[in-house]
Amino acid sequence: MDSPLLHIDNVHKHFAGLHALSDINLDIRPQETHAIIGPNGAGKSTLLNVCVGRLAPSQGKVLFAGTELTGRHPHEINQLGVARVFQTPELFEDLTVVENVMIPIFSRKDGAFSLSLASRFDKQGAIADKAMSILADVGLGDHVNHLTNALSRGDKRRLELAMCLVQDPKLLLLDEPTAGMARADTNATIDLLNEIKKTGVTIVIIEHDMHVVFSLADRISVLAGGRIIAQGPPEEIKGNPKVIEAYLGEEQV
Amino acid sequence: MFRISPTSDIVLLLAFAAAVLLGPIIMQPFGAAYPDLLQRFAIFGIFAIGFNILFGLTGYLSFGHAAFLGVGSYSTVWAFKLVSMNVVPGIIIAIILSGLFALVIGYVSLRRSGIYFSILTLAFAQMSYNLAYSVLTPITNGETGLRVLRTDPRYLDALFGGETGARLPPTNFFGIEMTGWPGFYFCGVVLIIMFGLSIVIFRSPFGMMLRAIKSNQDRMRYTGFNTRPYLLSAFVISGMYAGLAGSLMAVTDPLAGAERMQWTASGEVVLMTILGGAGTLLGPVLGSGIIKYFENIFSAINESVLSQFWAFLPETLQHVMVELSSLFVGEGWHLTLGLLFMIVVIFLPGGLMEGAMKLFRIKHSPKVTSIAKSGQRDVVGEGAIEPMEPPKPPAPGRSRQDAKPAE
Ligand SMILES: Nc1ncnc2c1ncn2[C@@H]1O[C@H](COP(=O)(O)OP(=O)(O)OP(=O)(O)O)[C@@H](O)[C@H]1O
Ligand SMILES: [Mg+2]
Repeated sequence: MDSPLLHIDNVHKHFAGLHALSDINLDIRPQETHAIIGPNGAGKSTLLNVCVGRLAPSQGKVLFAGTELTGRHPHEINQLGVARVFQTPELFEDLTVVENVMIPIFSRKDGAFSLSLASRFDKQGAIADKAMSILADVGLGDHVNHLTNALSRGDKRRLELAMCLVQDPKLLLLDEPTAGMARADTNATIDLLNEIKKTGVTIVIIEHDMHVVFSLADRISVLAGGRIIAQGPPEEIKGNPKVIEAYLGEEQV
Repeated sequence: MFRISPTSDIVLLLAFAAAVLLGPIIMQPFGAAYPDLLQRFAIFGIFAIGFNILFGLTGYLSFGHAAFLGVGSYSTVWAFKLVSMNVVPGIIIAIILSGLFALVIGYVSLRRSGIYFSILTLAFAQMSYNLAYSVLTPITNGETGLRVLRTDPRYLDALFGGETGARLPPTNFFGIEMTGWPGFYFCGVVLIIMFGLSIVIFRSPFGMMLRAIKSNQDRMRYTGFNTRPYLLSAFVISGMYAGLAGSLMAVTDPLAGAERMQWTASGEVVLMTILGGAGTLLGPVLGSGIIKYFENIFSAINESVLSQFWAFLPETLQHVMVELSSLFVGEGWHLTLGLLFMIVVIFLPGGLMEGAMKLFRIKHSPKVTSIAKSGQRDVVGEGAIEPMEPPKPPAPGRSRQDAKPAE
């Protein structure tokens, strides 16, 4: 077996007495799509926050391709090739859709900082083309010049996904990427993510929609009360009585 | 809908340049076509343009920019004393020193955002102001203010056999004396250049990154940008603009006093920018022009002018009106400004440029349904099509804010 791309080692996170994460050990293998499921408040988003540097773990560490992420700034973690879609979309709401997607390209082209005054942002042929083509892929091709805060909730999620994809990340962390989407859009997103999978991108996806989970996941980890209570391929998880009790039970009756 | 393009930006710059250079003619009907006042419009225009690069693009509200104004003035006067009465070394030194000063203050202040950032900048500026009056007296000449003396060494001038005659040589640009109309045209040309530079910054990828930071700094971080150096660069650039403005104050009148660093001066540039429209290209110039115009015109109106104005009314009514309106002029001009400011902020949160853009759209595109561009961004681009008033309204009288250090 390959060494893991993301190695979460004995991570704990406490919030003033609340144990949001307890002793999390999780290895994400290169090129796999790994779903994290669990009831509300299980600690799923907290786990991703620890990975991208939004939260510091109370204990334990996270390694990405052998590099320790704990203690690094969010921009450094992104520059290593980790891109994230948030549970509540984080966008540039007062910029246009295409600008939202062009900006992430600059952080790949110019690095974490560049005093680029010699060119114009509106005369970036290749960059604009790349942004347009990703937007077409996620189904926002008709909205490129719209202002972002006018988009629907589902469209905002697709835009945030486009902003991550355009960076050609090695690891894509998705926090409920289809929440708020219409069924047809959800299915389109599943197809898109399956395409991305084929290009070799490693994906971690948090999702409540079991249709999405079972359409995408190679492996599933179930989180409840801040602990991983089960892990394995989809078929195994489906039949696991602990999981059904903790989570699937409510949904699959 | 008009699109922002290199062409529209060139048109904007040309229109701006024409408005500035024709200022003396355009301002004639407003009673302000004299160099002292026009050059003050230009200088404060530069100050506000620079402030807007920080506040308008990144949303970081500095309450201490007057400190850089002061540093610019002091260093230019020192250059006049030690180097040359030619203004070029003085201006260069002022820009460099205010930039370094901004680097230090920005480095510390940018560790915080929001109100804490504002308070930190305010604290630094007040500290500078107090230091200028006390410990730094050997450099600033304290309350008296720093002046150029006939006996100053002026090493560069001396080297080229400059006169050491009985008379203090005037500040000059390679022989052109910086008083009267040449003084205004010098400041005007610098204003045009600095406006052009702000267009470049606004349109560059760098400018877009600043806007993105204003929009969602967290997203910028998770997208791989180190936002701190972006913010620091914007802070330093705007500090250098302020230093340049301070330097031009010394160029046109070779004096420097600590009151230039006072918090009221820092607050004034905030008002100018918000009044005109933060984040727009022309707004800050417009705002500074209007405030300086008010300061000069309204503060110069006295009771006899008012009596004449209301002379058409019956005598009792005339008295009432004079009494009422005298609250708003003379010493009371701040009241007028305050009301104007409140009206603008409440009804046009995007500043006067937003109002202008609204009018403009109603005229040209009856039903605007497109959400393609925000109001703010429209303003930025469409200014090209309808260059607002020239940057300068006019006025007589000497501004009290700018009172020279007592001799
Ligand atoms: N910054 C924080 N400060 C304090 N408590 C927090 C913080 N972030 C999360 N929590 C708490 O930690 C627990 C886990 O939250 P988390 O957001 O990780 O859950 P989740 O599994 O993502 O739930 P959901 O499915 O609703 O998104 C919750 O009880 C939450 O209230
Ligand atoms: Mg969550």
